[in-house]
Amino acid sequence: MNIYISSLFEGFWLNIRLFVLTLAMAIPLGLVITFGSMAKFRPLKWLVRTFVWIIRGTPLMLQLFVVLYAPGLLFGVPMKSRMTAAIVAFVVNYAAYFSEIYRGGIESIPKGQYEAGAVLGMTRSQVFFKVILLQVIKRIVPPMSNEIITLTKDTALARVIGIAEIIMCAERFTKQGLIWPLFSTGLFFLAFNGVLTIVLGWIERRLDYFKV
Amino acid sequence: MPILEVRNISKRFGDTEVIRDISFSLEKGETLSIIGSSGSGKTTLLRCLNFLETPDNGTITVNGEVIFDASDPASRSEKGIREKRLHFGMVFQSFNLFPQYTALQNVTLAGLLLAKERPDYRARKNEIREEIINNAKAILDSVGLSSKLDHYPHQLSGGQQQRVAIARALALKPDILCFDEPTSALDPELTGEVLRVIRELAERETTMIIVTHEMSFARQVSDNVMFMDDGVIVEYGPPEQVIGNPREERTKRFLERYFENGNS
Ligand SMILES: Nc1ncnc2c1ncn2[C@@H]1O[C@H](COP(=O)(O)OP(=O)(O)O)[C@@H](O)[C@H]1O
Ligand SMILES: [Mg+2]
Repeated sequence: MNIYISSLFEGFWLNIRLFVLTLAMAIPLGLVITFGSMAKFRPLKWLVRTFVWIIRGTPLMLQLFVVLYAPGLLFGVPMKSRMTAAIVAFVVNYAAYFSEIYRGGIESIPKGQYEAGAVLGMTRSQVFFKVILLQVIKRIVPPMSNEIITLTKDTALARVIGIAEIIMCAERFTKQGLIWPLFSTGLFFLAFNGVLTIVLGWIERRLDYFKV
Repeated sequence: MPILEVRNISKRFGDTEVIRDISFSLEKGETLSIIGSSGSGKTTLLRCLNFLETPDNGTITVNGEVIFDASDPASRSEKGIREKRLHFGMVFQSFNLFPQYTALQNVTLAGLLLAKERPDYRARKNEIREEIINNAKAILDSVGLSSKLDHYPHQLSGGQQQRVAIARALALKPDILCFDEPTSALDPELTGEVLRVIRELAERETTMIIVTHEMSFARQVSDNVMFMDDGVIVEYGPPEQVIGNPREERTKRFLERYFENGNS
């Protein structure tokens, strides 16, 4: 029994690493993509929006394969590790989704907020950081929470490029006629998402003191 | 010397010239009301004064200093505009308070940020901040909100929010305070408290430009009234003339329509 459980924990550790690294990098990268997609310089804006459209319009599974194989087959420099390929694919994919959430949040702030700051002699960056940003954060916390919960489950997809994440580990035991390890992977996800829901709910409540 | 001199200001959006060749001047302590039907360009004029729009033609002179000249590209640099727009304060129809800040923080925010640019800020930081906060409290007290300092905008009524917005504009001591229909977004029973505050400002010789649909209020507080129609000044003069006994046919028709619609 112990070897089964420890194998599941080993697998889930990969899910968690992928989750944490993806969040840590996709959250800032998404902001960079947002600025690109809102750029005044038209060619840049359309280039970035087309890129986001492609990423959001194709399966993450396909993107995983492309990141794993394209460098080697097209440029002769194979991906060193499968985990790196998975992280790159996840970061790019989630950054594209986050960027759209950020953009929606920024565009939903009324023009009057910028104008009120401007007529009070605030600089553009003061208006953004002192007035706009927290309102945007408040608006994007609920949709971001949804994406983050989805990400925990999406990490299981990494198995298609050979990452031995938890479900892949559990599936091996079915060959020995055991189904319970497979069922119990669900508990790992439920527990993890339970904690996550509490943390995200806490953040949401912290911003309850004002209304936008 | 007038505190404000506007000469030949025009503004077009695409093909339509929204205000045309607007010229007027304002003496220190004067209250000017602007009336006119919706779409006549009143908001656009105020926005030009506050540099929220850049006029296509004309000049704006404050205290004898030309702060905007459409023919001079230097007039449009962001740094220059930021200082110059502080000659004006703006109170919006929809308040535009910052929702994440309390009433007091709304009033102090810009002042505290501007203070950081003062050369003596490092040396006298605490003193300067305290000055700004005390000044803000005094102003909020003068608009009747001393008990609401720590309330967030969503905890205040519309009338209270607009009074915070007035206090916020006053805190930077603008030479000229502009109001764009300050009571139009309010329930009728809340307009009184805002109009009372503006009336008190007029009595204290605050220089103001007020776009309003409240004719009897405009008649009481204004030194001069400007009637705008279709982007031009049709009639300008003391309220007894423009509202009481207009000379221009277009002003008469506007006021007839206004009073027919059940306003008094
Ligand atoms: N940003 C803009 N772009 C295009 N047209 C505008 C813009 N702002 C105002 N207008 C037009 O200019 C005219 C005058 O508007 P406005 O100054 O708001 O009038 P008022 O405040 O007297 O109702 C209106 O016809 C309006 O549609
Ligand atoms: Mg208007």
